[in-house]
Amino acid sequence: MEKSIKIRARLKKDAVTGDTVTEVKTLISHPMETGRRKDQKTGELIPAHFIREVVCTWKEKEVMKALWSGGVSKNPYLAFRFKGAKEGDTVQISWTDNKGESGSATAEVK
Amino acid sequence: MTDAKRRILLKGSLTVGAVGAAVGTGLLMPRALLAAWPESAFTAEQVDDALKELLGTATHETSANVKIKAPDIAENGAVVPVTVESQMEGIESISIIATGNQAPLVASFNLGEGALGYAATRIKMAKTATVVVLVKAGDKVMSASKEVKVTIGGCGG
Repeated sequence: MEKSIKIRARLKKDAVTGDTVTEVKTLISHPMETGRRKDQKTGELIPAHFIREVVCTWKEKEVMKALWSGGVSKNPYLAFRFKGAKEGDTVQISWTDNKGESGSATAEVK
Repeated sequence: MTDAKRRILLKGSLTVGAVGAAVGTGLLMPRALLAAWPESAFTAEQVDDALKELLGTATHETSANVKIKAPDIAENGAVVPVTVESQMEGIESISIIATGNQAPLVASFNLGEGALGYAATRIKMAKTATVVVLVKAGDKVMSASKEVKVTIGGCGG
């Protein structure tokens, strides 16, 4: 199965405070199986396979760490915001799932 | 030192060098991050148990300062968009709970320095239920909730 991450980091003005913030949006290809679903043909349980952690780092600092269960939708989407980054900075997203598989990608702040 | 031994030594130091570089570029994640996944909170079947395991308390107060955005009706329970926003100071984490799910705790976002009180994702919902979002700041847990009607297969319900 193809595993990929789409990540985008954009500077925008916060609607409430007027501060410049970086909005990171990411889309990860992953089955996100809870382990409770049955295969419709065989009737057997499909083993759990879901992302447990997604970490975003900027300038070697952990900006955000998401802890997930299999209750997050397939091919998960995630968006969050943080202060301090400038245009041209790099943000990195890394994920790890319950099988120990992992992936990461970077994006330039625009 | 014989030539053979010297080779082994060189090989060894090369390996260490490569691992060091991998850590430096972020290819390898520090083990501490991997160990932190709160299994007992995610497997808990009762909302209160999940909250106690995750936040240390099941007590939370509804606040106008926590905003939840979710659809009134979700035609597909497998993909329900949820957005949480809060202007509270010193937010440590944002958590999302789908009360009707077998394991109600869906996701929790730990915010680092500079991160704002905002998180958006898409969750699975087993049936029509209340989605509760919790924002932890210091020793306070504030919340907001919304009922989402799930119509499986879009046949109405």
